Amino acid sequence: MKSMDQEDQELSTLIKSQATRYAAPLELSKGIKQTLSTFDAQAKMTEALPFFHWKNWQRWMPISIAFASGIGASLCLHAVLLEQHQQESFVQEVVSGHIRSLQAEHLTDVASSNQHTVKPWFTGKLDFSPPVHDFSDKGYPLVGGRLDYMQGRSVAGLIYHRHQHTINVFIWPDTQNSNNAAKTFSKNGFNIVEWADHGMQYWAVSDLNTEELKQFIGLLQHPA
Amino acid sequence: MISETAKKRRFESLALPHLNAAYNLARWLLRDEYTAQDAVQEAYFRAFKFFDSFKGNEIRPWLLGIVRNECWSHLRHDSYKQGHMEFDDELHSETHEHAGRNPEAALLAKAHSQEINNAIAALPSAYKETLILRELEELSYEEIAHISGIPIGTVMSRLARARSLLRVALSRGEK
Repeated sequence: MKSMDQEDQELSTLIKSQATRYAAPLELSKGIKQTLSTFDAQAKMTEALPFFHWKNWQRWMPISIAFASGIGASLCLHAVLLEQHQQESFVQEVVSGHIRSLQAEHLTDVASSNQHTVKPWFTGKLDFSPPVHDFSDKGYPLVGGRLDYMQGRSVAGLIYHRHQHTINVFIWPDTQNSNNAAKTFSKNGFNIVEWADHGMQYWAVSDLNTEELKQFIGLLQHPA
Repeated sequence: MISETAKKRRFESLALPHLNAAYNLARWLLRDEYTAQDAVQEAYFRAFKFFDSFKGNEIRPWLLGIVRNECWSHLRHDSYKQGHMEFDDELHSETHEHAGRNPEAALLAKAHSQEINNAIAALPSAYKETLILRELEELSYEEIAHISGIPIGTVMSRLARARSLLRVALSRGEK
């Protein structure tokens, strides 16, 4: 009869030699480094401001200048806050649209992975024609399309999947016709990316990690 | 004050070497590679945010504690969605294939990697966590207690329970 300790020892050896110790995939460490570097960039921006002020304060003591810069700063802050507020309400609306689409089980009006089915479906329902591409071969299959309502107008909703995650892409014509580089937000655990391209405004939202979401947006911006 | 860049460098040099341990724990607990990656990435982000609260002894238990908590919040979310915890039927059907073997045969020689993995995967999450940290990450009882937020006595009893459940599962495969 073996002792308890011996049996534990044998089992322990067995587990150590036979059980899988999963190794972290390469993209995980890349993703983490990427996340940390965005954190870093944000931190640098916030660090830069007080340092600059401190320098000024040391050199240009006169109270009049401090006063003037105070007013200037508050004006800037006001403008920034206003813009932030506007952006915040955009982000909120997009996230709400995403959540609604998942809750109401009304993800698609037209369910198809075929871009040639989805794109014509929008014709006659919208006053513009959104670009529709399927990225099944890249691991982001098109699931379908949906009409949605945002910013006081009808918009196109494209739905993609990535593993178990759903990505909603909202598209509408951009009145300013600008070309904006992608901006990333996160809210309530969702990642949101916004950009403008070829006269269209795009908002993508998903619970997918930022890394893969960015990869997906790269595909949308440059469909092969 | 340490600059953010220096802080980031310090965090990376301390935390990234434990990425395999972090991922292994998450992968076992969440049983899906993508969910595990999400959880680990989230945990590292959180760890960096609270890096100032790390008081510099051993980073591994501190970090794995955050990873572990992140995994459990995923598990709670899932069980809420599905209404119950997943149970591995696969294990039980699979072990029947080995019926008719010599019952005297040593457990050690017969148990294959796949069977061991299945048996561990089928353990309740709390036991699985303790077992993985002890056997695969080779952490001390104290470290596991710290990570899981439980007394050392509970670590030992969970480990004993995990082992006896494993023995039952594996010996079922032998008969």
